[in-house]
Order: sequence, then structure tokens, then C-alpha cells
Amino acid sequence: MIAATEPVRILSKSPTDDGEGQFLEVSMGPQHPSTHGVFRMDVVLDGERIVKLKPVFGYLHRNHEKIAENETYLGSMPYTDRLDYFCSLTNNWAYALAVEKLAGIQVPERAEYIRIITAELTRFQNHAALIGFLTQDMGASGTPLMYAFRERETILDLFESLTGARMMCNYMRFGGCRVDLPAGWLDHAKQFAATLPRFLDEFERLLATNEILMARTQGVGVLSKEFAVNAGVTGPILRASGVNYDLRKVDKYGIYDRFAFKIPLGEHGDTYDRYMVRLLEMRESLNILNQALKDIPDGPIVDPKTKIRGFKPKPGEAYGRIEAPKGELGFYLISDGTPNPYRYRVRSSCMMNLTVLEELCIGRNVADVVVILGSIDIVMGEVDR
Amino acid sequence: MLVILSVAKNLGIVWNFEVEVETVFGEGILKGLAETARNFLGSYVSKNRLTTVQYPEERLPQIEAYRNFPFLVYDGEDWQQGLRCVSCFICEKECPPKCIFIEKSTDKKPDAVGKPQFYPTVFNIDISVCMSCQICVEVCPFDAIKMDTDFELSTGNRFSGLLWDKKHLAKSNEHYHKIHPTEAAAVDAQLAADRAKTAAKAKAAAEAKPAAAPATPPPVPAGSEK
Ligand code: SF4
Ligand code: SF4
Repeated sequence: MIAATEPVRILSKSPTDDGEGQFLEVSMGPQHPSTHGVFRMDVVLDGERIVKLKPVFGYLHRNHEKIAENETYLGSMPYTDRLDYFCSLTNNWAYALAVEKLAGIQVPERAEYIRIITAELTRFQNHAALIGFLTQDMGASGTPLMYAFRERETILDLFESLTGARMMCNYMRFGGCRVDLPAGWLDHAKQFAATLPRFLDEFERLLATNEILMARTQGVGVLSKEFAVNAGVTGPILRASGVNYDLRKVDKYGIYDRFAFKIPLGEHGDTYDRYMVRLLEMRESLNILNQALKDIPDGPIVDPKTKIRGFKPKPGEAYGRIEAPKGELGFYLISDGTPNPYRYRVRSSCMMNLTVLEELCIGRNVADVVVILGSIDIVMGEVDR
Repeated sequence: MLVILSVAKNLGIVWNFEVEVETVFGEGILKGLAETARNFLGSYVSKNRLTTVQYPEERLPQIEAYRNFPFLVYDGEDWQQGLRCVSCFICEKECPPKCIFIEKSTDKKPDAVGKPQFYPTVFNIDISVCMSCQICVEVCPFDAIKMDTDFELSTGNRFSGLLWDKKHLAKSNEHYHKIHPTEAAAVDAQLAADRAKTAAKAKAAAEAKPAAAPATPPPVPAGSEK
């Protein structure tokens, strides 16, 4: 008899320990509430300790890249909203940046400011929600998450009054933005920004020195500098490991070189550092936001030369990347001069960051896996595309 | 029973953030609890700490820019006659998930202002596919399709209940003014200006060459509704 596949074994003998300990294979996910979407981890356990961990993803795969190759350039814009659905505006920006590079389009000043304002609001709400989810995973059920969502709702209200949608904004256009800020939006945003320091203090007091949180996160899931760089990890996770790399400073895309802000760095690369880096990044985001809200000039919001229909960039290739809240988000486009891109590729920060999961988890307990995964900050929409 | 100990030393870790390292054990937890208590008690006195509303009895005011699914605008009283759509297929072609289906008429019928126009014999939008992206609105040169704000759309039939035909999609210009006042006013002003321009042009052409037929109006440049 020929077995088509390996027989499924629940218990497997340790190859090294010769009958000493038995390994248990557990499939964590894809419906597990802590996996932040449909994500599965095949873990091999020795008692409570992780021996092996294999991330399995693809449950949310929807062929984004191939669909985009059959769409017009503009037609892909609403699909980018659905990559990392927490941060649709930064996704829009990364894609718009790639197309602008490809076609050599200039962005008017006011649009650059609007982009920065919306991107920093996006970063703020992403980090707030992430910290909420992370603490929820640790058992702080609800309270921090609800506080985070309270602020996030206000930010989403701002997005809605600007773009028409709370999450699927579809707002940026090649060479600018779709609509101008409605009357009173800036005042609203300023008022709201003025209340944020209080929220941040509250949020920090709520948990930052909490002994349970520290015990659960310090020294858990340590990611070394070298490994992080070699694995292509980007974003707050990389910075928590102490690598000073932020595309806002490195690439200075948009007009980020006009703003004064600091890059928070961690030292140990453990979960607590990742948590703290995000908390501090929210303050820096607020800092940029305040500067941008103060300085935003009047003017056009979109390059009048760009066309909505019949957009055909000349043949060539371009890679546009931004510092999305979760890391480097890049779009690689090849144009062959037709209205559809010849190749469309998304460099997803979440997926790259997820590749280090096993390294972080080995030797830890099952409960720590949940915390470590939470601190990596993934959204399956972007991992699977 | 507060034992003073350095949490950092205890765990063999130090970190470089500006948080206090030396704490009284349990202090962090108490601080957090104080914060929760402040929020809880605050919700009795301050309105902005109590943020939830009891939908559907209570509703928040709708935000003007909110968009949900497209509808077809008609002018005047009769939706059949007043539809602005001239069935040019642009939105059908540009819709990213291709959820619009149009069939063009073979004859022309007078529209709301009495000008003979083609009209769609069939105009269907499958709203189970539509992703509310608003691209159809942006590309339509005739301001014929706009975004609605109705969100309570549950239906018992997921096939025909979610495939909206022309009749279901047609909504009056007044409705448009009601849901998006600023935008609708801008669109009306633009349309009036365009009509005046074409009328003036037609008049000039008629004066120059009395026998010539009036030129068809040039399409409004896409995106002009801003
Ligand atoms: S683009 Fe406008 S006029 Fe043309 S078919 Fe669509 S709705 Fe009708
Ligand atoms: S809103 Fe978008 S998906 Fe829906 S019909 Fe219009 S173009 Fe198509």
C-alpha cells in the first residue's frame, strides 16, 4: 500500500531525547483569537516549551498582485486599502509614491502636508490599537483596548469626514489627493491633537510600569540586531532591537525632512522594548502632526496635469517605499506603456517581520507565543495579499 | 505588603527608556487601576468619557462625506426620463471589481431638459461585489452617478436582493442635495455653467452658420466635481 502523505501523528518521539520527552504537535490557529486573523502556527511542543514553530499563511490570499496587473493604475488604489486595513492611507501613499516615481509626477505642497497629516494619524491609531490588542493578548481584557479604540474612533471620524470612509479610504491619487480638506477639518484635527497628550499620559500610566506586563514582556522574544537586519525586518520591531533605521529619516520621502522628530530606539529587542518603542513613536507622530497642522499651506491638492482616465506611464520600472506603521511598505511596478502595470509587486512589511517568529519563540512557553506574535504587529490582509 | 525591589535587577534586565526603574512592587498595577477608576467615575460626570451610543435607538449624526454605494441621479420628477446617465460605459469599464452592467438604448429620448440622449435600458450594480471605492463617481463625465449614504441594507435574498437595477438605483437630485449638500451644490453650479457655455456656443454657431446642427456638449472633464 502506498501512503499518499505522511501519516498524521499527534505524538511524536523526540529524535534526540530517545524516549525521554514526547513532542506534541499542535496547530495554533487559523481560528485562534490571538492570531490576529486567519493565521496558523504549526508548533511542536515539549511540554509547554516551543521546540519548533512553522508559520502557515495564505488563508486570506486574494491574488492582489495578479488582479492589479489586470487593472488600470487607478483601479488598484482601492485594493491597496485592503492590504493592511488598519492603515489604508499609508498604503495609498506607498502606491501613489511608486506610480509618481514611475511617471515622474510632482505633488503639490498642500497635498504633501495632507499626506503627512493623514499618515501620522494613521500611525497613531495603528500603534494605539496594537498596544490595545497586545495587552488584550496578555489578558488585560478590554480596558487598554477600549481606551485605544476611543481615540481611534475619533481619528476614524476625521478620516471619514475627509475621505468618506473610515477604513477603506481610497484617498490618495497620483500627484496628490482626491478631495481637499473640508471646511473646519483642520480645526477639528487641531482640537483633537490637543487632547492627545493627555491620552498618551493616561495610556502610559495605565500599563508602562505594570509589574505583570513587565514580567510577561521583558526578556521575552529577544530579537538581536544582527538577526533582525539579516531577516529584513523593518519598522518599530527593528528599531526596538536598536537599529536606527526609519525611512522617514533615511529616504526623506514626501517632505519629512522639514519636520523635527526623533526616532525612539530600544536596546534589548524584547517584547517590552517593542511595546515601548511604539508608545514613544506615538508621541513623535503627534509631534509631526502638530508641526504639519501648523504649517499646512493653501494651494492645489493635485497636480492638474495628471489624468484620472487613460493614465499610461512610459515604459520603465519604479519602487516606491514608505515607512508604514508596521515597517517598510514598498510597491514595485514595471510599466510597458499600457494602461495596466506589467508587474505589480507589494513588499509587505508584515510578512517580512513574521519570518522571524520562530526564532523569537523557540524555547518560550505557549503563552509567550501569543504575546510575541502580538508584538510583531501583523495584519493578515497584508501578509497574504 | 509592599516589598521594595528593583524589577529590572530581579529579572536581570535593564532598559533605556525614561520610565522609572526602581519601583515599589505593585505600584505600576495600582497606578493603572487608578487610571481605570478615574475613567469609570469620570463617565458619570463627563460626557466625553462616555463614548458609546445605543444604536439603533440612538444615532450619531451622519458625516457629510460618508459614502456607501452608488446611486443614479435624476433631475425632475420622472426618474425614467430624468436619469442623467447617457450610458457611455465609462464607469462600467473603470470600476475595479467590474460590478456595473449596462445596456445602451438604441434610440434617443429627451432628458430632463428636453435634449435627446441615449439612456441605459439596463443598469445593474451588484452591491455584493461593489467595494464603495467611488471610482465610478470620479470618472463619470456627466455627474450621473453619486455615492449614497444608506447603510441599513440587509436583505433576505442574497442574489436578487443585492443586485440593484436601474429603478432601485435611481434617486432624485433632491436626495443628493439632502445627503451631500456641499458637493451637490458644487455639481449643480458646474452643470449650470456647462449648460450656459454650450448654449452660448450653440447660439454663436447658429448665428454663424444657421443651418448647422448644435454641437454635442463636450464631456465635463473627469474629476471636475471637486
Ligand atoms: S459613466 Fe456616468 S454617464 Fe457613463 S454610463 Fe456610467 S453613470 Fe452613465
Ligand atoms: S463604487 Fe467602486 S466598486 Fe462600486 S460600482 Fe463604483 S467603481 Fe464599482
